[in-house]
Amino acid sequence: MALEIIESCVNCWACAPLCPNQAIYEAAPPHFPHFLIDADKCTECVGDFADAQCVAICPIEGAILDELGVEMNPPGSLTGIPPERWAAAQAEIAAR
Amino acid sequence: MELPVIAQEAPKAGGCSAGSCGSSATQMNGMSDEIRVRVQDHPCYSEDAHHYFARMHVAVAPACNIQCHYCNRKYDCANESRPGVVSELLTPDQAVKKTLAVAATIPQMTVLGIAGPGDPLANPERTFETFRQLAAKAPDIKLCVSTNGLALPDHVEELAKHNIDHVTITINCVDPDVGAKIYPWIFWKNKRIHGREAAAILIERQQQGLEMLVAKGILVKVNSVLIPGVNDEHLKEVSKIVKAKGAFLHNVMPLIAEAGHGTFYGIMGQRSPNPAELKNLQDACEGDMNMMRHCRQCRADAVGLLGEDRGDEFTMDKIEAMEIDYEAAMAVRAELRAKVTAELDAKRQKAKAAHAPAAPQVVQFMPHPQKLALAGPRSGIPGRQSPARRVLMAVAGKGGLVAVHFGHAKEFLVYEASAAGAKFVGHRKAEQYCAGDETCGDGESVLDRTIKALDGCEVVLCSKIGFEPWGNLEAAGIAPNGEHAMEPIEEAVMAVWHEMLAAGKLEPKPSTAKCA
Repeated sequence: MALEIIESCVNCWACAPLCPNQAIYEAAPPHFPHFLIDADKCTECVGDFADAQCVAICPIEGAILDELGVEMNPPGSLTGIPPERWAAAQAEIAAR
Repeated sequence: MELPVIAQEAPKAGGCSAGSCGSSATQMNGMSDEIRVRVQDHPCYSEDAHHYFARMHVAVAPACNIQCHYCNRKYDCANESRPGVVSELLTPDQAVKKTLAVAATIPQMTVLGIAGPGDPLANPERTFETFRQLAAKAPDIKLCVSTNGLALPDHVEELAKHNIDHVTITINCVDPDVGAKIYPWIFWKNKRIHGREAAAILIERQQQGLEMLVAKGILVKVNSVLIPGVNDEHLKEVSKIVKAKGAFLHNVMPLIAEAGHGTFYGIMGQRSPNPAELKNLQDACEGDMNMMRHCRQCRADAVGLLGEDRGDEFTMDKIEAMEIDYEAAMAVRAELRAKVTAELDAKRQKAKAAHAPAAPQVVQFMPHPQKLALAGPRSGIPGRQSPARRVLMAVAGKGGLVAVHFGHAKEFLVYEASAAGAKFVGHRKAEQYCAGDETCGDGESVLDRTIKALDGCEVVLCSKIGFEPWGNLEAAGIAPNGEHAMEPIEEAVMAVWHEMLAAGKLEPKPSTAKCA
């Protein structure tokens, strides 16, 4: 049972100090600059907090996955921007 | 040191030696002498200081504990200039090194702020380690911090300990229903809290933090982002409340929202306020509060005078190569500060002696060049002194003079001319359409955008202007004028106004006022 931080992490440092297991670390190149989770240490905060702390503070949708690869903060859940609206805006910008 | 009271008196010399400003003597209206002395060499708080003194931000604080709808944590673009954007995140040690390097290279640099790119107080170790080292190594630098306020009450003691005497709190609302439209979530007591509940907690913490800081004698400036249709009317109440609680300055800034920035407001099509809306709101708040008028909405890693950014000269690789003798630098800095202070004193005395007409200084921000729909020439304070129309004029100025070629102007200073005199009302950014061979292919559209940015102005004063833009400006109803090259801006503006008056061009004609 462990969470995973993927490359969309923006390296904001918010999660690292919150981890009760010190499982979050700054990746070395080539993964730098972003953070990673040591799967051996991660407990998903069970027993410490009601919510996984990294998931609860991460500002980036989709940057943290559970062990099944499911996005813990799915698109739209943090920004409030409906995913289709985001896609439409990106398409419009790309077409400029 | 005794500072003459300059409020109520228009500054004698207009313009801005930094080439960019929002000069407002009355910005410091109503400040106690004690506060005035404390902020007089702070470029962000003191109107005339910003021509002489520089500031820098060090980006040591990446984490944030809330989300705002005008912020996108993904972006760190070198070409973007707005709060929350940085190019290079620094460790406290690097930040200290950079600060000393900048202070030694730019002796005018008097103020070091930590403003992000996240919330400085959501990164307390990094923020306070930076302050701790700087207080010891560079005691001649003033330290400031800005915060969203959520963690503020927990850190007031520590802030006081490090001798931080200015704190900026961003307060966009005092009503949770309004806040729910601005803040989608906060991280609070180990949970992510959404919506109205989140806003209520944030507001309570901001107000508590404000009260605690004031009780400690720490100066508090309040920043508010003006979001049309969301908190515009509400900010009048915010202004009243924060003033009553002891904030010394209120800085209402225009929302920056573009789809390309990837923010909620940008993507959802929330518009930015136009200059008229901003000015009206600031005027409405001004009765209650000192309003800040020359904010340039800097990046969280900006370096230099307001309106310029010399960050590129101080990237970490360049700093590593610098040899810094801070003892020697401090002597140079002290000397320069004494010289500038003497110069400012002389200027203030001169302004006091001049007894210029007490034209209220009204300055509006320049939000987004692309979206400008300018205030009409009649948008000032109505019907005083003369029936002759007020006229907005754009000036390509530098050092207080009409000194810049139209095509080279990075921004235009906008003055409102009337029988009462020339009054600075804001600045409009312009793209330089004449930037050399490489960009000439795009010249026409850039010129068009610049002309659009000047909408509402009837005259543009510059040192020189090319044939093509001359024609385009005239076609857009803006009279180009290159006859006052190198003259003091305010004199030139008034000379043109009197010419228009003599030519019978200033009869009131409300139907032609272009209101946004």
